[in-house]
Amino acid sequence: MGELLGSYDILGAFLVNVRLTLWSALFAFVLGTVLAVMRVSPAPSLRWAGAAYVNTVRNIPLTLIILAASLGLWGQLGVELAGRDSGDFIATNSFRLAVLGLSVYTAAFVCEALRSGVNTVPAGQAEAARAIGLGFGATMRLIILPQAFRGAIAPLGNTLIALAKNTTVAQAAGVVQAASVMNTMMEFRPDLAVAIFLIIALGWVAIVLPTGLVTTHLSRRLGVAR
Amino acid sequence: MSSVIFDAPGPRGRRRIMAVNVVGVLVVLGVLAWVVWGLARQGQLTATKWEPFATASAWENYLLPGLVATLKAAAIAIVTANVFGLLFGLGRLSEHAALRWVSGAVVEFFRAVPVLIMMLFFYNVFAFSGAVGDPAFYGVVVALTLYNGSVIAELVRSGVHNLPRGQREAGLAIGLTPAASLRLVELPQALIAMMPSMISQLVVILKDTGLGYLINYAELLRQARLLGSSNANLLPALIVAAVLFIAINYTLTTVAERVARRLDNRVAGGATIQEPSIEMETPMPRSRT
Repeated sequence: MGELLGSYDILGAFLVNVRLTLWSALFAFVLGTVLAVMRVSPAPSLRWAGAAYVNTVRNIPLTLIILAASLGLWGQLGVELAGRDSGDFIATNSFRLAVLGLSVYTAAFVCEALRSGVNTVPAGQAEAARAIGLGFGATMRLIILPQAFRGAIAPLGNTLIALAKNTTVAQAAGVVQAASVMNTMMEFRPDLAVAIFLIIALGWVAIVLPTGLVTTHLSRRLGVAR
Repeated sequence: MSSVIFDAPGPRGRRRIMAVNVVGVLVVLGVLAWVVWGLARQGQLTATKWEPFATASAWENYLLPGLVATLKAAAIAIVTANVFGLLFGLGRLSEHAALRWVSGAVVEFFRAVPVLIMMLFFYNVFAFSGAVGDPAFYGVVVALTLYNGSVIAELVRSGVHNLPRGQREAGLAIGLTPAASLRLVELPQALIAMMPSMISQLVVILKDTGLGYLINYAELLRQARLLGSSNANLLPALIVAAVLFIAINYTLTTVAERVARRLDNRVAGGATIQEPSIEMETPMPRSRT
């Protein structure tokens, strides 16, 4: 068992999941915020486009989205997200395509989390903003969004945890990470499958539980008292 | 539509919104045109790429069997997940500390481990031991059961907790034991309140059967990929699969919303709809609208 563990870089594999999580979280957060603002904006076309995006993306399996990024964008359309001449072209390109797929998918859920955050802001806040003459842009930027972010910490935290777990699906793009390392180990030593599973599962518990505790703590600390 | 975030627009505001609308429509059309142009330039929009989907063999040999496999795994998983969820949800509400603790640990564990990890594990175990005929199918079903069952267990718990305190107090006041009050008064209402969330959970299960692709379960995605490789039209095949998934899931979401509205006045706490999220870490009933 010890020999088996020694010959596979489990920690390194988990590090790939963490890197996938952080990059995707960054892009998904930006895109999700734009979508959320679109969905509450006064312009019907923007509201419609935001809703169409969310309803489409969140009804497609993530596996399909990652496959579309890897087999479709790269394989069929020749979109490359890394330089050909870089040493590890395939690994870098797969990683970035997986980040793209994860971000596109997660943005829909970030948008919904933020919208639930906007719902926690009392109507009086927006009315007061309008009463002092702020327009939609200024109302969102100065009054609504700062409170909405703070009210949305709990659902955003859940989305982050879900994203972290979903990084295993990067397997579909051929990114070597915890799921693929576990699979390789099990194929090599099927008799030790249970032990291997428990070790990898504990790794996930070690990532997910603290994240949950921290976001719950933050949502209590930073949430606007009403 | 009225919103508190912005005023009912005046003449100048309406002109500005009109301008944004025009720009917005142009941008959306522009993006679509860019995608279509890109696909056309790569020869993805030729008739030979799309004609196979008009043939009976594509549907009979690939897409329909895939769809059936997807629906079969999802249907079985939703039943077993509900049984699992009910058992462990009640376990977490139990009077016995030990039972509560064990149920809690099981539920938290299976919610923290990614579904794909469980699927790969069960697939490997089943394939190695040869205990079941179709390791990929059972791998998908068992993994989906454990994960979604844990989510449903949390739904049961939050469903009971969301009921007004008076329901339980009234049960105890007429001489029911706590267990009888749970069984006769609280649980029936909690189950009705949970109904919309459970239907939403169907969307999650259906989407997650797509993970079966990675353990070679012949579900819709795997079949679409096969069809795409045999006709050299991978991208169109993925698009068709996506449209099928969207159609089914969108229907389920709409049904969930309808059910939530109809059941709303049948329980003391009100029925709550839950957005089909990537997963439901803490089932959080959304504010009713």
